[in-house]
Amino acid sequence: MKIRPLLRLCWFLGGLFLLGLSSVSAELMVDITQGGDGAMPIAVLPFSASGVSSGSLSQVIASDLEGSGKFTVMPASRFPEHPLMPTPPDFPLWQQQGQEHVVIGRVLQGSRGDTLQAEFVLYDVIQGREVLSERVPFKVNEIRHVGHRIADLIYKALTGERGVFNTRVAYVSASGYGDDREYRLLVADSDGEDPRVVMTSPEPIMSPTWSPDGKKMAYVSFEDHAAAIFVQNLGSGERQKVSSHSGINGAPSWSPDGSQLAMTLSKDGSPDIYILQVISGSLRRVTQDDSIETEANWSPDGHSLVLTSDRGGKPQLYLVSAQGGEPRRLTYEGSYNARGVFSPDGRKIAMVHGGDGGYRIGLMDAEGGDIKLLTAGRLDESPAFSPNGQFILYSRKDGGHDQLAMVSIDGKVKQNLKIKGGDVRGASWSP
Amino acid sequence: MFAAHLGRPELTSEEGMMMQMFKSVLSVLMMLLVLGCSSKGGVNEEGEGGDEAAANREGGRGAKTGQYGYGRGRSGMGGAAGPGSPASQRVIYFEYDRDDVLPEYQSVVTGNAEYLSSHPEATAVLQGHADERGSSEYNIALGERRAMSVARSMRLQGVADRQLQIVSYGEEKPATSGHDESTWQRNRRVEITYPGR
Repeated sequence: MKIRPLLRLCWFLGGLFLLGLSSVSAELMVDITQGGDGAMPIAVLPFSASGVSSGSLSQVIASDLEGSGKFTVMPASRFPEHPLMPTPPDFPLWQQQGQEHVVIGRVLQGSRGDTLQAEFVLYDVIQGREVLSERVPFKVNEIRHVGHRIADLIYKALTGERGVFNTRVAYVSASGYGDDREYRLLVADSDGEDPRVVMTSPEPIMSPTWSPDGKKMAYVSFEDHAAAIFVQNLGSGERQKVSSHSGINGAPSWSPDGSQLAMTLSKDGSPDIYILQVISGSLRRVTQDDSIETEANWSPDGHSLVLTSDRGGKPQLYLVSAQGGEPRRLTYEGSYNARGVFSPDGRKIAMVHGGDGGYRIGLMDAEGGDIKLLTAGRLDESPAFSPNGQFILYSRKDGGHDQLAMVSIDGKVKQNLKIKGGDVRGASWSP
Repeated sequence: MFAAHLGRPELTSEEGMMMQMFKSVLSVLMMLLVLGCSSKGGVNEEGEGGDEAAANREGGRGAKTGQYGYGRGRSGMGGAAGPGSPASQRVIYFEYDRDDVLPEYQSVVTGNAEYLSSHPEATAVLQGHADERGSSEYNIALGERRAMSVARSMRLQGVADRQLQIVSYGEEKPATSGHDESTWQRNRRVEITYPGR
């Protein structure tokens, strides 16, 4: 019994060590190319631990808030004072510095040996009051995640929208050329940190997509020298080949309830949309045409699918009932509109819009109409909405390589995610 | 989290040799393509339309010259032709968003079709590819369409359906890296491969 307090101290010190270390393992650099208008000024003070301040947790929070484009984070070098929790800030002092909000926090030992507790207060320094006060328990190895969770809480309190800093993204990275080319399916935090390999293969991997419960991933793999769709449980690693017909097995999209996968198969001639019941394995055909029908994406209400079809001569977006029937054309602007994806509220559709000079990410109302271009790259593709609908993740060319980037749906905030290791594409955002 | 590692099959020495031959022919082709395109004014970034089609044709002729000038033709090979011979020409290039086999590549299709029809036990994989522009899953569909176009032409020349397998890799396996028209042109292709030979 005597050993217990010692053990707790070890965990605690280990945690402090990690606070300092976490930034070293960074594989990705967020590079904000364009900020938004009217960003709110905020200062995030270093979190204290046993009276000693530790900066890394506050750096995660600050970097998340800054990256959202909705906040301007005050540089630590300009802090007029360094109050330690539970001392509140000197409100007029921060006001004079042009600040609206200040975050002060600390890290304490948790109730169990291997847990810590982050505690923080968000102050409104203009009104001189507390906006939010929370305690977040966490395990020692979850230090970055607790930073993202605190950033989410602050974001929600000040913008009214759900924060997505504590979510994850999946993507495919390809490196090497010819026989040395290797494809990897990875999952990382939404800021690109902490990448973990889900699978590797010498043959292409494509189109990863999270199940609505966030526990599974569907993707296309050519590991058998032909296209097949797999569903992999991210916790156990167990995976199942769910579709391997002759020809194309591609573009999987989960139904909102997670029971069905829409997909593209060309087993009956040309590529068409089919719906697979994941448990029973029963397959139902949705479109039937000699042209290309592919890239189905479910509307959040589960009633319909947006898809790409070249039945009119050029690729355009169409809407079809999940029950089948005649697809209705949605896009008329430009000669290339593909890979349509619904926003989480179902009111918008993002797509790849090709026109003069390049392929860009466009956004329009789900009913069709004008396409607003959000990006200005030459070769932008694979749009994927953040779960709060505020951002679109996509891939772009950067110095000859594919890289991921994010753009806010008003087009005002852009971020490049620089991930090491060759071409990075086909991203999907976790729920 | 789980990580699955998949093995890479070994290349046989014959395949290795074929690859060497293919690469040397291809490098000559590439040089000529680059020359052909640069005379037209280099990169064309237009998405679609007449100008680009013209630029492609120009490049296509460059390729044609390369093939016929340096080609390992089928002359006199007759029945002795194995995948080693017609098949030093195993790549067919396509125009943007098109799947029709251009006249200058018809001989590549015919050479391989003749080999297959005279060797009914042989099988070929037609790998369809697209350039990197646009959406990756739509490009899978374009690559398949190109491979099917080649398959159709081969069947008309007596190749049995069961001898042909089609796989589309879309933009996932570029033959060459780069982001300009001459690169894209070398990536819009169907490669004919003979597994197990």
